[in-house]
Amino acid sequence: MTRVRSQGGDHWRRIRAIAWKDLTTERRSKAGFNAVVSLGITILVLFGFALGPDAQALRDAAPGALWLAVLFAGVLAFNRSYQVELDTGALEPLLLYPGARWTIFTGKLLANMLFVGLLLVIVVVAGMVLFAVKVPEAWPTVIAVLALGTIGLVTLGTFYASMASRSRAREVLLPLLLFPMLVPVLLAAMQASKALIGADLMLEAGAWIKMLIAYDIIFVLATHLAFEHVIEA
Amino acid sequence: MTSPASSPEIQVPKAGSWPVFGWFTLAFMVFAQWYAITTSPADRDMGDLQKILYVHVPASWIMSITFALVFVYSLLYLWKGKDSYDLLAASSAEVGATFVGLTLVQGMIWGKPTWGVWWTWDARLTSTLVLFLVFVGYLALRAFIDEPQRRGQWSAAVGVLGAINVPIVWMSVRWWRTLHQMQSTPQTMEPVYRNGLLINFLAFTLLAVYLIRRRYEAAMTARAAELALQAAALGGG
Repeated sequence: MTRVRSQGGDHWRRIRAIAWKDLTTERRSKAGFNAVVSLGITILVLFGFALGPDAQALRDAAPGALWLAVLFAGVLAFNRSYQVELDTGALEPLLLYPGARWTIFTGKLLANMLFVGLLLVIVVVAGMVLFAVKVPEAWPTVIAVLALGTIGLVTLGTFYASMASRSRAREVLLPLLLFPMLVPVLLAAMQASKALIGADLMLEAGAWIKMLIAYDIIFVLATHLAFEHVIEA
Repeated sequence: MTSPASSPEIQVPKAGSWPVFGWFTLAFMVFAQWYAITTSPADRDMGDLQKILYVHVPASWIMSITFALVFVYSLLYLWKGKDSYDLLAASSAEVGATFVGLTLVQGMIWGKPTWGVWWTWDARLTSTLVLFLVFVGYLALRAFIDEPQRRGQWSAAVGVLGAINVPIVWMSVRWWRTLHQMQSTPQTMEPVYRNGLLINFLAFTLLAVYLIRRRYEAAMTARAAELALQAAALGGG
């Protein structure tokens, strides 16, 4: 029993160390985060132009615009998360450390989750102001939808970036691989957000939330299993 | 975890009697189409437009089969690490992507006179399109990586995740919107239409087998050439 527990402790220490390292790098430069947040808000403004000045149209399109802004800005964060290591040749030494490789993925996942989570909070607040969306009554459920959507987005984003960032043409490859895979998350998150903002008369949000939970569980497991194959090649 | 080592010796599969099989498949397809078109009366609502059934439904059937093959061969490659599994998965994906493309185009040709539009955001159409994009991503990934082992490992992972996503995409898009008529299966159909469809299922399956096999031979030959080039560069035999 003690051995099992100490192994679990080892995993957790590795995960924490990786996440902490990534977040510290990010915190010290800040350039990445500021740029990504600015891009997210710029995309929102452009959506405002595309959808016209009509307040009702803007309000209806708000959930879709918000999620796409987070998606487009988030994609930059995923490739970045491996870039520092690739530039300094630190990935190979990192792989040589003893212990399970999936902990590297979990660590990066947690760091990216925090990064994209913060981005999401800022973009959502900006979007509510720009698109004149009132705080919905069911705001705790909205927060749950945002969290579940972020988990799905970041899990696949971090996973595909581990390949795309090490290939030629990484800028185009990551969105090409990632966006079609994210269709269920985006649909579910957009529809649930839309239903919750508009009082959810049809009680649709529940079904979408269940789908988000299922998607998150399936892909958190699948990416952890596949990561070992992807990172060693 | 054993890392799949690419064996220096590679058995390039022989064409054998596969070209004959190819000619037979072509002849059988012509027969199947002729049989289906001549035996089926014009449909009450759709008229002769109904005939597209005999290429549209078999093409979508091949699409499902090939994607199942990509899933199975990708898993086998991750497990056993044999080059042939990787190349079989890739060949299936190429053939599959072609048939999805065909399915979509045939669907649009049918949709224009029936629904009055080339495209509608119906559940089945949309999920097929998303599926197409997933496998375009898979093929693009393969095109962008030169190192064979890395290409194999990565595309296998992408293939498995893509296949897992198929039912989820399908469900989510179906909830989002539904307009497509009920799927045509042999049980929902008049016998006069059914036989033509069944025989075309067979013809298309033979075609897919043939295409995957020949594509696989070509891929194995290319792989052997890659290895020979590597060996020559290293100064080996």
